[in-house]
Formats: sequence, C-alpha cells, structure tokens
Amino acid sequence: MSAGSVDLAVASSGPRRRVVRWGARFSWRYHTRAVVVGGLIWLATGVFLLIQLGVGEFSLSPGEVYRTLTGQGTPGQEFIIYDLRLPRVLTAVLVGIGLGMSGAVFQSLTRNPLGSPDIIGFTQGAGLAALAQIVIFHGGQTEIALSALGGGLAVSVLVYVLAYRKGVQGYRLILVGIGVSALLVSMTSYLLLNAQIIDAQVAFVWLTGSLNARGWEHVVPLALALVVLVPATLAMSRPMRLLEMGDDTAHALGVRVERSRTWLLVLGTALCAVAVSSAGPVGFIALAAPQVARRLTGSATVGLLPAGAMGALLLVLSDLAAQRVVAPAALPVGVATVSVGGLYLAWVLFRENQTGRA
Amino acid sequence: MVTTGQLVQPQPGRSGLDEQARRARLLSLGVVASVAVLVLVALLSLVVGAKSIPMHTVWDALFAYDGSDDQLIVRELRVPRMVLGALVGSAMALAGALMQALTRNPLADPGLLGVNAGAALAIVASISYLGATTLTEYVWFGLAGAAVTTFVVYVLGAAGRAGVSPVRLALAGAAIAAAFSGIISAIVLLSHDAFVDFRTWSVGSLTGRDSSVVTQVLPFIAVGTVIALAMAGSLNALSLGDDTARALGAKVGQIRLTGVVAVTLLCGAGTAAVGPIGFVGLIIPHVVRSFTGPNQRWLLPYSLLFGAILLLGSDVLGRVILHPGELQVAVVTAAVGAPVFILLVRRRRLSQL
Repeated sequence: MSAGSVDLAVASSGPRRRVVRWGARFSWRYHTRAVVVGGLIWLATGVFLLIQLGVGEFSLSPGEVYRTLTGQGTPGQEFIIYDLRLPRVLTAVLVGIGLGMSGAVFQSLTRNPLGSPDIIGFTQGAGLAALAQIVIFHGGQTEIALSALGGGLAVSVLVYVLAYRKGVQGYRLILVGIGVSALLVSMTSYLLLNAQIIDAQVAFVWLTGSLNARGWEHVVPLALALVVLVPATLAMSRPMRLLEMGDDTAHALGVRVERSRTWLLVLGTALCAVAVSSAGPVGFIALAAPQVARRLTGSATVGLLPAGAMGALLLVLSDLAAQRVVAPAALPVGVATVSVGGLYLAWVLFRENQTGRA
Repeated sequence: MVTTGQLVQPQPGRSGLDEQARRARLLSLGVVASVAVLVLVALLSLVVGAKSIPMHTVWDALFAYDGSDDQLIVRELRVPRMVLGALVGSAMALAGALMQALTRNPLADPGLLGVNAGAALAIVASISYLGATTLTEYVWFGLAGAAVTTFVVYVLGAAGRAGVSPVRLALAGAAIAAAFSGIISAIVLLSHDAFVDFRTWSVGSLTGRDSSVVTQVLPFIAVGTVIALAMAGSLNALSLGDDTARALGAKVGQIRLTGVVAVTLLCGAGTAAVGPIGFVGLIIPHVVRSFTGPNQRWLLPYSLLFGAILLLGSDVLGRVILHPGELQVAVVTAAVGAPVFILLVRRRRLSQL
C-alpha cells in the first residue's frame, strides 16, 4: 500500500472498532459509535449555538442570524451578533471544552467517577481569591480573573506539595485536596457572610459562574490557550489510559508513571484554569460531561474528546436555559449548569435503569 | 521424639489470636478514653462563652438549681447547645462512615445522597414561598426535604435488575444535589430577602438553637444512631464486595436500603438543625480508620465519639477566638480539622476502605 492511502480494516477485537492506516507508520484505532456520537454532539451544539444567537432582548429569527453571519445583515444586527452574542457563545463552547476535558483527565487520574478539578482544590482556591478581590479590594473584571487564576494555581501547587512524598500516588492527593478544599469552602462562606450585602451578591454571582459581558477579549486568549492545551492533552491520552490500569501495570508497559501523572495534572489544571478565569467556577460540567459522554458512547472509560464535546453542549444549553427560564431576568449560567447537568445526568442514569446497565 | 506440635510452638504474645485480643483491649480502652475526653469538652463548652461561668456554678446549675442568672444561662442556653453540638457532631460523623461503607468510595460524604441540598432547598423554598420564619419551622421543612431527596436519589441509583450499585448511587446523589443547588442559587439570586436568610443559614452554626430544636431532632438522630450501630456486621460483609457478601448470606439490597434510611435520618436531622457542616462526615471516618482499620464494629462507635468531640471542641474554640463574639462552628471545624487531617495523611498510610 502506498504512503497516503487509507486502509480500513476491521480489527479482530470486535466488529465495532475500526482502524485507519496511513502508510506503514501511522494508524488510528477508533470506536465507530464514539465517533458518531461525538459528531452528533457537535451537531447539537451547533444548532443550539445558532438558536442562542437569535435569543435575547432583541430576538432575531434564524434567517436573520444566518444572513448576518454571512455578511448581509443590517449594522444593528451585526453589532448584536458580532459584538455581543457571538463572543459569548464562543466563550461558552471553549469553556465547555476546557472543563469537559479537564474533568475527564481528573476522573481518569483518580480512577473515580466523582473526580474533578475540585479534588486538588483549584476551583475553591480560585473562588476564594476572587471573593477576596471583590469583597476586600473591590477590583474590576480583569483583577478578578487574574486573582482567580493566581489563587487557583497557588492552591493546586500547595495541594501537590503537601501530597508529595517520593511521588504523588494513590489516595494521598485526593485526600489532601479534599482537606484543603473543605478549609477553603469554610473560609469562603465566612467571608461571604461577613461582607457588605451588595458585595456579597456580586461575589455570589461570580462564584456560581457567569457568561455575562464576555467579549472578544475573553475569547481570543481562551482560544489561543486551548489551541496549545488540547493537542498536548490528547498526546497524553495513551499514558492516561494505561495509568488507569494501576501504576505497576503502566510501568511494566513502558509508561513513566510519575512524569506522566505530573504532566496530566498540570494539563488538567491548566485546562480548568483558563476556563475558570474566563467564566468563573462554572459548576458540575467537569463532573457530569465526562460521565454523560462515557455512557452515550458506550465506552468503558472516560474519553477526552467526547468529554470536551459534551462539556461544550452542556454549557451552551445551560446558557440558553439561564437566559430564557426567568426572562427578562438573566440568571448566571452557573445556576443552569448545575441544574441542566444534574438533571441530564439523572436522566441518563434513569435510562440505564431501564436497560439494566450498572 | 520431636513431634510437629513441638516444632511449631506459638511464641507467647505473638500468635494471631493474641494479637487480636491485644488490639481489642487497646481499642476498648480507647473508647473509654474518648468518652472521657468528650465529657471534658462538654463541660468546657458549658464554662466558656461570652460570659465565662466558673465550674462550680455550672455544677450547681446542673444538680442544685437555684434560679440565679448564671445558672439560667447554663441551663437554658448552654446545655441545649452542648447537647445539640454533641448530637449533630456524632450524627454527621456516623452518617459519613455509613456513606463511605455503602458506596465503597472514600470520597463519599453524607451530602452525597443529596440530603444537604434537599434540606437546603426545602428551607429556602419555605422561606421564600411559604413564609416560614422560625427555626422550628425550618427544621420540619428541612427534614421533609431531606427525606424526599433521598428517596429520589435511591430510585435513580437502583439499576433495573442488579439492585443499587455504589457508583450509580454516588452519581445519582451528585446529580440531584447539583440540580437542587442550581435551583437554590436561582431562588436566592432573584430574591434579596431569601439571599440574606440563606447566607446566614448556609454557614452551619449552633447559635440561637435552644432546647426546642434539640427535642425536635433528638428522636431522628437517636433512631438513626441505633440503626447505624446495629448495621456494623452487615457493613463489614458489604465491604467485601456485593458478590462475596451475597455468598456469605448478607441481603445486599436490604442493607443498602437500611443504610440509606439511617444516613437520611442522621444527616437530614443534623443539617436541618444547624445548617450544613461539611467536614465532619467526610474526614472523621478517615481519621478513625487510620487506627481502627476497616472493621465497622470499631469504626462506627469511634466515629460517633470523635465527631461529637470535634464539633463541641470547635464550638468552644469558636467562642474563645472571637470572644465575646463567636465564630461559626462550621468554619472552625474545617479550619481545625483540615491541618490535622493533612498531617495525618502525610504521616500514615490511610487504609483504602
């Protein structure tokens, strides 16, 4: 076979896995159902994205949205779409991808379906730092985003250092993370209780996660960061899968255990960091998206790409719900992510109930 | 002639049975010591406060009541507070140990069944829409909310034929808890009064809880405790895995159901009474397990005692630190417990259930 031709072969381990080969050196084995489901998820995301563009105080019909996107709308419509709504929905998609993939990394690392970036206290650290910024220093949007980033990273490093004893393995990282998180949560509640009521409400909105007033200045850094982080994480997907089998097995199969684990932690934290500094600690996406994606694709373990796609879909859906449910008041998206994500996960579990899957 | 019996002499004090007996004795002594510490901390909580009341006045207030102001404070304010603190602390720790055993997941805390979220949602809804104003009203709503939520979570977590699986139970609880917390956020963001009330309630605190709250939650916590302690043997069987447990004759479905009922009673009553206290149920079982091992017959009583000690001690500390004001007990519990817990995690190998 010549270099560059595509050879489809049915792998022997089952009729649903296929292999694509380029030449003699590159191959990619994929699960048909996962690819189909992933494609459908992206399709659904696109549909809801277009609906979202038409929704709001000035509602636009799908036709008008389409015309504006192809450059034939009025200046007013162009302003609404290009300056107000498009950056917001793009932020939603990118944040969703970041959170979904971060959640998948942590659930794989901790081998626990409840794993999420909360484990290393990142979200709580970011929340506390942002809260302090709002309540004590009264900073603006940029200061809040930067303190969230700094706080989250500082806490993650602290948790890692506290858990490190000739390596970070087993439950130690999880338990230290839980301990530090609990401490941070109580400090956050205390600050919230003793702040001025107005500051407290502003802080509460940020803490639930919000996409209000997100512009291109949010989208561009986020997109650049993801362009770097997503391929890097995908490159680590094989060590990640092997680490799930246990440190000894992974080591025997040639994975450098400590180094891979540290890299995965760094990448997972970075993905979460860019998401949180853009939209605040949007809850539940990192937990729910990988689990829902896993059940829909029917795979045994969490997958990075389906989780990212699912995260984007959940966040766009949640934003739509948050804006429409109690119109004209716009709720912060974090309110809807926990509701939508929670209810969707509950529905998926209920469906499994019918078919008897464990 | 040398017989095999002579060759295989057990060394004194080193055989398996001797080792076990020694361990059991040490642990029994530990229980007694813990009870003593609990009594000490309880007495301390009667003495310390905005007004420091001397020990003999406390003693008189309990056994030779004569109606003076100080004795009134002790009897009407501090004794109920102490009893509530001990009850809630032990209830949360016990509920945490049960949850971790039922889900075989060290990350499980009693809030995982959605109990906290259910109680909180019921209370917020009752404040905003049903006009509840007093604490006793909150408590009933909280209990009802907790019960309904647990029922929903349990139904979701039960797979069609196989019965409840730990993973599904944990995920179902997380899903429902998340959905409820979203609804709570929506309600408090849309109503200023609800926000203020919720903000106060959401930091677990023993302030302003008098003997009526104690009498409200005492029956639920008492029943829950009895059920939990009686389940110790069944939980040991469950920890071996569902299949092995069934092979040993344990009725896995029934055990899970009973456990969920007990967790609801304990955690629901505790949260409804004092608000969410998140640290005790998650951490105490880990701390206790580091020296008792995974045997539930020791783990559960020790969790009960340590939970009460932690909560009462935190309450005392909270009243001392910000004297004459006070720091809420939920804040102190986490601030005190977290460093101790992290130290423990670093220095010992905590057994993984």
